Amino acid sequence: MKRFVVVLVLVVVVAAIGGWLWLADPRADHVAVPEAGDLSAAALGDPALVARGAYLAAAGDCAGCHSVRGGRPYAGGRSVPTPFGNIPGPNLTPDPETGIGRWSFADFWRALHHGQRADGQWLYPAFPFTSYTKVTPEDARAIFAYLRSLPAVRQATGAAKLSFPYNLRSTLAVWRARYFRSGASQPDAGQSAAWNRGAYLVQGLGHCNECHAPRNAWGATTGAQLSGGEIPRQDWYAPDLSMQENGGLQGWTAQDVVDLLKTGHAAKGAAFGPMADVVADSTQYLTDADLGAIATYLASLPPRQPREAPRSAFNVKRITAAGEKVYRQHCADCHGRDGRGVAGVYPPLDGNSAVTEPTGINAVRTVLLGGFPPVTAGNPRPYSMPPYAQQLNDSDVALVVSYIRQAWGNKASIVRPEQVGKYRHTPID
Amino acid sequence: MAAVFLAVAMAPGAFGQDAGAPQVPDTLQQRIAACTTCHGVHGEGTPGSKYFPRLAGKPAGYLARQIQNFQDGLRKYPPMEYTVRNLSPAYMHEIADYFSAQEVPYARSPVPPVTAATLQRGEQLARDGDPQRKIPACASCHGIELTGVEPAIPGLVGLPYDYISSQLGAWRTHTRAMRKPDCMAVVAGRLQESDITAVAAWLASRTLPAHVRPQPVGTVKPPLPCGVLEAAGAGA
Repeated sequence: MKRFVVVLVLVVVVAAIGGWLWLADPRADHVAVPEAGDLSAAALGDPALVARGAYLAAAGDCAGCHSVRGGRPYAGGRSVPTPFGNIPGPNLTPDPETGIGRWSFADFWRALHHGQRADGQWLYPAFPFTSYTKVTPEDARAIFAYLRSLPAVRQATGAAKLSFPYNLRSTLAVWRARYFRSGASQPDAGQSAAWNRGAYLVQGLGHCNECHAPRNAWGATTGAQLSGGEIPRQDWYAPDLSMQENGGLQGWTAQDVVDLLKTGHAAKGAAFGPMADVVADSTQYLTDADLGAIATYLASLPPRQPREAPRSAFNVKRITAAGEKVYRQHCADCHGRDGRGVAGVYPPLDGNSAVTEPTGINAVRTVLLGGFPPVTAGNPRPYSMPPYAQQLNDSDVALVVSYIRQAWGNKASIVRPEQVGKYRHTPID
Repeated sequence: MAAVFLAVAMAPGAFGQDAGAPQVPDTLQQRIAACTTCHGVHGEGTPGSKYFPRLAGKPAGYLARQIQNFQDGLRKYPPMEYTVRNLSPAYMHEIADYFSAQEVPYARSPVPPVTAATLQRGEQLARDGDPQRKIPACASCHGIELTGVEPAIPGLVGLPYDYISSQLGAWRTHTRAMRKPDCMAVVAGRLQESDITAVAAWLASRTLPAHVRPQPVGTVKPPLPCGVLEAAGAGA
């Protein structure tokens, strides 16, 4: 009953504010479109521009959401899971009926920069216009030229499957008023060109903060930029990216960051889960200069507060002692008794943010799923990890994960068997 | 082939439990621990599990295509979909070649108790099919001795009962599919549930033929149009 009243009040408030904002007229055709360059068909067909657009589309990992596995690239179809429902990535090929063949550059700009569809409807922030708003008009033009160059694929995009009241796009007016400011890339004259380039790629096209930050109950990113967060519905934790004291990447060098983004593995850790897809589809294609710029920017993220020493009602010593036995039997052959792994082959677990992130989700799921790091030009035949879902029960997984989160220099909380069982049936896509 | 066995023979015991970095053999077998933990170091399957299928000796083209199908979402089994999601075509083929080249003894998996009549029905479906219901014999595609046909048709010998029955079920529930036209979806759709039990039980309990390698390319003429075979250049 209480829930019903809350929802009712919410709907009334949303409708009132939505109506007011709608009347206050945030219409698409009122958003100014900046000068981006020659928009004639001939100019947009320039192969150099198209190639630059392809590179930028890879940097933005557009295909990651706008393609379905086994389908044609950019033809849409993948359903992006959110706590509010599933939102399909639309067809971006130039098909006039089902793609964006009829879109002008102004339409494209308003979507990217302002989160507004060609018909004036608001886009759900599952599309990270909240980050893309920083993309420059010149880069937007290159991406637009690239998308126009793709073969047109006739494939209708399914409807979003959202629960009430989120299925009413007008409610987005309220969300936008609270959480969205259209922005522009503002170079910082006090920083190096590499830092500025890195900031642009990380904050804008790369939209790293969309996963690497906490989200609130309304699905908006909150807290410090890139300070780490749980990815809703996908059930992975995107760790803090600060390379300074208490940061998720503390102890990483710029080269480690470049290695991970380029090859999928680095001296300090390997990419897995959604980040493996990001490396495979996006960052491995970036130039060394751009990857170095990203590392330069990440190195400037501030130190973090020390996390409070985890307290537990359970006998932690007994749990980790039992976990060490499981570790020696199943894990030490590759990751080493000392948790240092094997350089270039198996990642270390000591000081690895995938192990020590706050929730324990990543370590639990990696033990259950195993798998390959991304296959990249720099690591074409990676070594893999066995899945232990069949061999270890929830209790043993909890023990071994608790052990590796407490062993060596690691000081993260233990995990309980109930936390393991939950992830045995988590969707993988 | 000899090189494969040499590498395999050297792998066990290569790790020490001593301090210091573990010694890691630079072999494909070591790299694909994610595969061998369920399918066996030599692709022998895990008979005790009653489920994980044997890969050893299956046509490499078939194995590579299955990895691709899991990656594309045509075959649905989350642990496999996750494991292979980022493999490149080159790596897929290398892994498929490895398992295809393995020759290891077949092991028996447990079969649930079924009647003699059920086994007889299974043998009939496998060897002769059921012309009245337009069900072709398994042997008409999978080879006279059901050991598969190069380069793309898998053998049906030495597979666990649970695996065979669940795959036929998967074609009916659209969690396993192939390039269209999907001949196995047609066959599975014509089977009754009792037929699936019968054919899975007979296949899983059958005495192995003397020769278990796949038949050569072009030795069968499939009775149904099959997209996957056209793609493999194997008639149909």
